[in-house]
Amino acid sequence: MSAIQTRNNRVVSREDIPLLPIDQFCAFLTDQSNHGKRPVMFFGLPFEDRTTDEVIVYSIMAHDESSSLSITSCLMKRGESYPSLTQQFPAFHIFERELFEQFGITPALHPWLKPVRFDYRRLDESSNIINYPFFHMEGEELHEVAVGPVHAGIIEPGHFRFMCHGERVHHLEIQLGYQHRGVESLFEFNGKKGRRQIPIQLAESIAGDSVIAHASACAQAIESLSHCDIPLRAAAIRGIALELERIGIHIGDLGAIANDIAYLTGNAVFGATRTLVINTSLAICGSRFGRGWIRFGGVPFDIDESLRSRIRATLEKVEHDVVLMGETMFSSPNVLTRLEKTGILEHQKAKDIGMVGMAARASGVQLDVRSDHSYGIYKNFPIYKITLESGDVFARAYIRYIEIRKSIAFIYELLDNLPQGNTMKPIEMSLAPNSMTISMVEGWRGETVHALITDKEGNIARYKIKDPSFHNWFGLALAVRENGVSDFPLVNKSFNLSYCGNDL
Amino acid sequence: MFDMLKIRINQGSQAIKDVRKAVIPLPFRGFPVISPQECKGDNKACNACLEGCPTNAIHINQETRKLSIDIGKCVFCGDCVRNCKENKIAFSNFHKIAATNPNTLVLEAGMTPEDFYSNAIKARDQIKKIFGRSLKLRQVSAAGCNGCEMELNACSNVNFDMQRFGIEFVASPRHADGIVITGPISQNMSFAVEDTFNAVPQPRIVILVGSCAISGGVFASSPALNREFLEKYPVDLYIPGCPTHPLTFINGVLDFLGQ
Repeated sequence: MSAIQTRNNRVVSREDIPLLPIDQFCAFLTDQSNHGKRPVMFFGLPFEDRTTDEVIVYSIMAHDESSSLSITSCLMKRGESYPSLTQQFPAFHIFERELFEQFGITPALHPWLKPVRFDYRRLDESSNIINYPFFHMEGEELHEVAVGPVHAGIIEPGHFRFMCHGERVHHLEIQLGYQHRGVESLFEFNGKKGRRQIPIQLAESIAGDSVIAHASACAQAIESLSHCDIPLRAAAIRGIALELERIGIHIGDLGAIANDIAYLTGNAVFGATRTLVINTSLAICGSRFGRGWIRFGGVPFDIDESLRSRIRATLEKVEHDVVLMGETMFSSPNVLTRLEKTGILEHQKAKDIGMVGMAARASGVQLDVRSDHSYGIYKNFPIYKITLESGDVFARAYIRYIEIRKSIAFIYELLDNLPQGNTMKPIEMSLAPNSMTISMVEGWRGETVHALITDKEGNIARYKIKDPSFHNWFGLALAVRENGVSDFPLVNKSFNLSYCGNDL
Repeated sequence: MFDMLKIRINQGSQAIKDVRKAVIPLPFRGFPVISPQECKGDNKACNACLEGCPTNAIHINQETRKLSIDIGKCVFCGDCVRNCKENKIAFSNFHKIAATNPNTLVLEAGMTPEDFYSNAIKARDQIKKIFGRSLKLRQVSAAGCNGCEMELNACSNVNFDMQRFGIEFVASPRHADGIVITGPISQNMSFAVEDTFNAVPQPRIVILVGSCAISGGVFASSPALNREFLEKYPVDLYIPGCPTHPLTFINGVLDFLGQ
């Protein structure tokens, strides 16, 4: 047996995870990739303590049709080399770069072996954020445009280097890492302190626009390891929280896209409508972004009868306003001419590089954790996947418009059928020792994954986080190729990726 | 054309009429009110609030058995309220919690929002004279999670419409009168923060927004940070929150400008 089969939110014992020699490990991953599976996680665990050079590399491959995850592992050494998988399967490219940066394990013949985020624990300290090895192009009439880390608006920092021929972008290189604040290691420190306090507030701050997605992923992982089944009512309210987050951000993004094409009515109307949505979150849990809403064991904020009718009334207004504005915007030739055929990411490319979430679905890639690896309330109230084919800015804008309405309908359904009972279950924070669990959530951006490994005492040995942006940044780089450099802000906004989710 | 008119009529005016008097409804967690009574317990305070606090924002004086909360560290998560068996802490919806001196942010037991607000911001005549009628700010996100950034963007939307007071975010530090920092300032971002600040012409101000910028917040103990900038340069205004609500930001800046 080369791997152990599991599912979203199941716990496996580390002893049951096969430890393969390098050649078998690579052969297994090649075989899996050839059979339609895709990498969900690929990361290293320093062996016991950091004094030895040994690293266990874990790989988690997903088979979306059968909702299964297969975990396997391999013992490697820092400084060691293995044949890169990226050449054949580009979806591995960012994982292999991360492994290389953190542990110096070299994927031989990797075409793009550059730093990911300049991790403070990186092996090669001579590489730093100021001397990033950019590609260069040479030739007449070629020029480079450098933007960032500080951008023109109120945005997170990142550096973009465009290699242009006149106005056309040949190649965009995205350099990130400015937001790196050591989130994973903070989880690991806290998980070892003896007091076993895992701060869910830290999960809420992985990406401030995906508070519910990351907090839910964290809570599910801890609850799985503590063998705690949360009440159905709590699961339903978590579903409402996640969909409300999706609606709020999607509406805000439609406003921002409208702003980038100087369609100012759209910006004003969607901006004001978004306020209604996030203020609904405030009315429930006291925070416009859902902070404090998700806690281990359930949700501390219930939705009573009066709140239920208020949420319903607000959402009806939101739906009315969004449809009124959306129908006008998406039938305006001025708008369509700017959105259509701009920043195309073709289906095959999106699939090859391992794109996930809303941006992948806009390129026809059928991935949605809510139905592929169903969890929580989505087991009782299924979600149907929505995809568009064109992969351009229009598709990424219009899919948001569809998802907003689907999510509103989903919340109506939950509000009408809220299960009775408690919203919190007391949780004994004793994590299963020597175990591993994978917790996946479909945030508004896409697949949000937290993988936890515990040691023999039940402390957290490794807390690995993957924000969907980790896959999708490369999609943005490919989408702007052969577009005008002035279209970059629009294409960028249509992806709206997270810098801090990537940098951790 | 008619569709546009329909949209305009449907929207009406969205601006909050009086930003100075606007109230954020509960359960919003603003200024935490701490009971003046001492903690009971058998022979000492029970520490339940401390243990659940992710940023060590709460301090218990073991002699007087009274609490204090540093809202420069607090992330307003409300876990302490749920953990406390004696209902010592209650978050009010009072949102004007900015201060010019970080020590003011440490709230003592029994302090009311009015006590705090009356001396939290010392408006200086010089500031009022130079920036009172027009303040342009350059925002720098230094490892912020995008929460405070979204709220600062919201300050300029049709609801809050901060520009009506002559306060605006600008693209170039050369056009700015000061910088607004969000996030705990990572090592990787530290040089860019300083570069941006030095590109702002003098006289210039520094405003810290959110718990992360003020104290490091949930990231305070991370070795990936570099907060030397804050030791090198004076800070003019601290605006707490996690994230900072647009009304907290706008009112804080207006008070600072003496308006």
